[in-house]
Amino acid sequence: MKKIYDSAAEALDGILFDGMLIAAGGFGLCGIPELLIDAIKEAGTKNLTVASNNAGVDDFGLGVLLQTKQVKKMMSSYVGENAEFMRQYLSGELELEFNPQGTLAERMRAGGSGIPGFYTKTGVGTQIAEGKEVKQFHGEDYILEEGIFADLSIVKAWKADDTGNLVFRKTARNFNPPAAMCGKICVAEVEEIVPRGSLDPDHIHLPGIYVHRLIQGEHEKRIEKVTTRAKEDA
Amino acid sequence: MPWDRNQMAARAAEELEDGMYVNLGIGIPTLVANYVGDKDITLQSENGMLGMGPFPFEGEEDPDLINAGKQTITELSRTSYFDSAMSFGMIRGGKIAAAILGAMEVAENGDLANWMIPGKLVKGMGGAMDLVAGVGRVVVVMDHQNKAGESKVLKECTLPLTGKGVVDRIITNLGVLDVVEGGLKIVECAEGVTEEELRNATEATIV
Repeated sequence: MKKIYDSAAEALDGILFDGMLIAAGGFGLCGIPELLIDAIKEAGTKNLTVASNNAGVDDFGLGVLLQTKQVKKMMSSYVGENAEFMRQYLSGELELEFNPQGTLAERMRAGGSGIPGFYTKTGVGTQIAEGKEVKQFHGEDYILEEGIFADLSIVKAWKADDTGNLVFRKTARNFNPPAAMCGKICVAEVEEIVPRGSLDPDHIHLPGIYVHRLIQGEHEKRIEKVTTRAKEDA
Repeated sequence: MPWDRNQMAARAAEELEDGMYVNLGIGIPTLVANYVGDKDITLQSENGMLGMGPFPFEGEEDPDLINAGKQTITELSRTSYFDSAMSFGMIRGGKIAAAILGAMEVAENGDLANWMIPGKLVKGMGGAMDLVAGVGRVVVVMDHQNKAGESKVLKECTLPLTGKGVVDRIITNLGVLDVVEGGLKIVECAEGVTEEELRNATEATIV
């Protein structure tokens, strides 16, 4: 089966529908599926629920789908870098479901692994626990969290082979593998597609079974906070 | 003289022991890395890295290599990378020995609030709830009082909680306190701060 598509728009053709749940990889602006996000903007799909650790910045990443008001609800752990997000949320235009970061990652991993729910200590005794089942294990309280089953996963990797095996680079891996796992369909964008056999099978980070469609493209890879140190005098 | 930010970070670094895997929060906790000296400490960044190195030299920033505060960083010879589910698996699973975190409020029962001011500040908890629930030891580093001079070390937190009964030790500009049965116990006062001054600046019960 052919997995490689010529463009993000073609790779998303026939998959998008209003009101769908999308799981997106990335942490801050690092390892985000920027080409697929732009293509969803162009497609104009509305009332989206997006599970993603962050919401991008105003003009990059998921922020562009907020600008166009295509997002109805975000499931995130931290949205602090986006002024438009804050405005829409405080005015009631945008729903927000805060998830502790590890809970969000595990909800994706669980959903992709056929696990509809799991118990965690994270958030016990906080707002996050409100309305959730509490169960004791070994004398301690845990709350029930549900796996995420997304309609679509959009992820970014460094390299792929034509069968969809993915390799990530440094901390750009982050949420991409769990996000990829939890979607009915996963579309991945990569910096380079290489022929099968050129990636060491022992070094594959995410097997191609999780990846249905692939595109290669140029990535801006914007840095959110450039921090450096001075070179010491020789 | 109360401790300044760097002195608080230096004091917090004394909490770390050789061989520990540690997660440092944003703000003063980040400075702790400057004071670990010869100790063999591995820093975890919860976005998927063990063995976090210093900031890069100018011109050597890598957009694929950032810390949990989204700052550009570098790797070390010991570094490993992994995804967010595994990262929080090691946090929740108790593999990380300690977390040093900032706080808005701490209470005498170990409750911690550091993620939200209702109606005002809605940024999110990030990984803080997972960290305080999962790591071996939680050390909070913060100013003892807010800008209005009110104690941030309270009988009960007023802000939404990050974790219930999770804090082990509090390091402030005025001294070090432990969460014990019945309240807080003074471990030490900052140089030049008397025990009376520390007590007067603290709303929480000191036992």
